[in-house]
Amino acid sequence: MVKLDIKGTWLGFKRLLPLSMFVIAFGLAFGLAAAQAEMSKLEALLMSGLVFAGASQFAVLELMREEIPLLAIMITTFAINARHLLMGASLYPWLKEIPTAKRYGILTFISDANWAIAAQDYQQGERNLGIILGGGLALWLAWVLGTWLGLVLTQGIPNPEALGLDMVLGCFLLTMAVGGKKDLRVLVIWATAASVALLALKYLPPNSHVVAGALAGGLVGAFWLPKTQAAEPK
Amino acid sequence: MDLSNTASATFIVIAAMTLVTLITRYGGVFIMSFVPLNRRVEGFINGMSGSVLIALIVPMAVEGDTAASLALLTTLVMVLWLKKPLAAIAAGLIVTAAWRYFIG
Repeated sequence: MVKLDIKGTWLGFKRLLPLSMFVIAFGLAFGLAAAQAEMSKLEALLMSGLVFAGASQFAVLELMREEIPLLAIMITTFAINARHLLMGASLYPWLKEIPTAKRYGILTFISDANWAIAAQDYQQGERNLGIILGGGLALWLAWVLGTWLGLVLTQGIPNPEALGLDMVLGCFLLTMAVGGKKDLRVLVIWATAASVALLALKYLPPNSHVVAGALAGGLVGAFWLPKTQAAEPK
Repeated sequence: MDLSNTASATFIVIAAMTLVTLITRYGGVFIMSFVPLNRRVEGFINGMSGSVLIALIVPMAVEGDTAASLALLTTLVMVLWLKKPLAAIAAGLIVTAAWRYFIG
């Protein structure tokens, strides 16, 4: 039975708290970069609070010059964030069970980390949507708080890369991928996704590699169906 | 479509980014609501789900510095060995920070 309740949301919030500590460090780096790009505190906080997608925010800072290329900014934002389209679609069998307003309300907080945990939960038969909402709230708070800290503490901030913090999300997503079911079908899908992503990185327009790799892996999945169905719902 | 870099222009940029990002967050589910779910579509969805992760991670390893690849390799080995994600991530970060500090 699919449900969304306060208890599940709180549990989701707590599950993402450890990772959120690292997200604060990234928010801090963004706040610092935004201040250096001469954005005001209000602008930087609004951007983190409303856009809530770090990679695209950093990319856009690079594009903000004397003249602002609005169309290029929108295309870059779309390309980097297009992975959300696929993440949302992958949650559809789950989200279709709840009313439209709640469905899109939850999706407002979808991000890489809470999606990755939720997708793994779903495979294991979990049906409480609180992980997406609660986890998303934890990540959002951390991102905005970090941004604010970066704007305020402009001195004495250690370089996040020196501490290896730029690899937190990658390492986290890796543990999520490895934690799922592994069989020959999954390995072939992953190999396809990896090869296509690397080819796209080399030959397709910038920022299109995640979507290209994911779609290729999905196509293999569509033609090579799993023998047994996913776990029955709890 | 270039704007001169003023305060109001920055707000337009933020509004545009917010709109585009919300479209990506909502669009996948919106489009799927017109697609009938059958076994093939489910196969596509579950294949794509893991593939998003792989397509994010592999280029990080290939494009990043040696320390970045080591972070991912250490995490991979540790999570397979210990089955503890947080410990594995911590190990990955320690190796990365140490590599960057001592080697470059």
